[in-house]
Amino acid sequence: MILTEQKPIEEILERLNGENKIFILNCGGCPEGADTGGIKVINYLKEELEKKGKKITGSVSIDFLCQKALLRSRLRTRKKEIEESDSILVLSCGLGVQTSAAVISKICHPALNTITFGGITGMWQGTERCATCGDCVLDYTGGICPYTACPKELLNLGCAGQSNGKCETDPERDCGWELIYYRLKSIGQLDKLKEFIPPRDYSKMLPSAKLRKTNLWALDEEVV
Amino acid sequence: MTAETINNDTSTKLQSNLKDAIEKKKFAITCEIGPPKGADDKEIRETGEMLRGLADAINVTDLQSSVMRLGSLATCHILKEMGLDPIFQVTCRDRNRLALQSDLLSAHVMGIRNVLALTGDYTTTGDDPQAKPVFDLDSVQLLWAIKRLEEGYDIAGKELTVKPSFFKGAVVNPGADTEASYELQLIKMQKKIDQGAQFFQTQAVFDADVFERFMERISKMNMNVPVLIGIILLKSHKMANYMNKFVPGVFVPEPIIKKMEETEDKVSMCLEIAAELINKVKPICAGAHIQALGWESHVPSLLKKLDID
Ligand code: SF4
Repeated sequence: MILTEQKPIEEILERLNGENKIFILNCGGCPEGADTGGIKVINYLKEELEKKGKKITGSVSIDFLCQKALLRSRLRTRKKEIEESDSILVLSCGLGVQTSAAVISKICHPALNTITFGGITGMWQGTERCATCGDCVLDYTGGICPYTACPKELLNLGCAGQSNGKCETDPERDCGWELIYYRLKSIGQLDKLKEFIPPRDYSKMLPSAKLRKTNLWALDEEVV
Repeated sequence: MTAETINNDTSTKLQSNLKDAIEKKKFAITCEIGPPKGADDKEIRETGEMLRGLADAINVTDLQSSVMRLGSLATCHILKEMGLDPIFQVTCRDRNRLALQSDLLSAHVMGIRNVLALTGDYTTTGDDPQAKPVFDLDSVQLLWAIKRLEEGYDIAGKELTVKPSFFKGAVVNPGADTEASYELQLIKMQKKIDQGAQFFQTQAVFDADVFERFMERISKMNMNVPVLIGIILLKSHKMANYMNKFVPGVFVPEPIIKKMEETEDKVSMCLEIAAELINKVKPICAGAHIQALGWESHVPSLLKKLDID
């Protein structure tokens, strides 16, 4: 099971700043097990967002968000609510956020940080990659992960090493920041690029004591 | 000098030739030293001597092209001791944030006042592709970190006993070849300015039109910072072809390649090409950053060809 942790509510609200109509997308897969998704969490987030005067245009739970084809077909019936929204709040691991961003032309905000894959990768079937960094920034970068799409893991835009859209490290590899640029452009969010992103918190890569008590680690315990 | 005098000295005025030159609106000239691959300071001292009185400041590259060699900090220190004004190039490739901040403090106590913040080439492009790439910070975050040090705090928010101060530079590539990379370069330049960059040196330019378009664009975006145009001394048409093929963002136009191919006297032609370009863009920029790449001895003749004082 992929382990996730909810971002602090203050951080979620800060990232939703200026966006008033929100659609909530919940992954019925791993987050349910990690207690970071599911009806209880959706309701909690709805309440917190509504307290700040935001309107929830709708919410849906799909297992699994990382299954691109399933996601696409399930979202068809929710088109109107999604179109009405300013942005999407996604309760899933980094793969689910990336898949959502690839199929929805709106900013997809991660509500969770992904801590570890714990040996599996869900129903993942695509080009998305998650680094389980524990400090998800996918909404700054149009749902394309700057840690896995850019070998230098640059956060404040790409380097001068790209050439014809390809990465300095490999002429066969797309420059991640080119992809991010065009994705943000296609959803009218190029302004996101102007924001300064402070250095990443590497200490978040270590799973917390609380997470180490979950069923993933329980598998390795002698006595249950 | 005792520890005390160093401290007093460092906590007060920022002494940078480069800053003075730029502030006095003198057309600033910076040159570059690439430290050797070996425990050897002779070459550095010789090149430093050659550039004395010609360059307002001298960039020292930081493991340029990801090739392991003598360090930028030690080389800057030698230049400083010689009474020259070094620009400490710092990349994010080889050091995490602790080491970067520590080296910046070290630079300051050595009297080094100019820094140039760069991302750095990827490790696999160098002569030891197996090395671990660090990139804990990016170039914008590095500038942000320097600003914090100057305010008396490290990245973690812990207080410093004595604050350093620097004249802070960054780089930009006017020749980015796709819409995305060009726009990203411009937005990133703005971010660098927001985080404290006080001057820019550009990637090498060979085409005055490219540079003019770039300068127009940044002025429209209200980025009024001193820009030093990057000049590489072109040694042969082969070098031009090589750069066109392998150096991102560098483009040598065909007529220039032809001139180099046909000339009998490569040195004169090289200097003529560089001088023509610098003289042309002189009114629209703050200076030139000349990368002689081994042809430092020709820099005096180049400078004589420029209409500068
Ligand atoms: S070329 Fe693009 S993907 Fe490659 S290191 Fe630079 S910014 Fe990252």
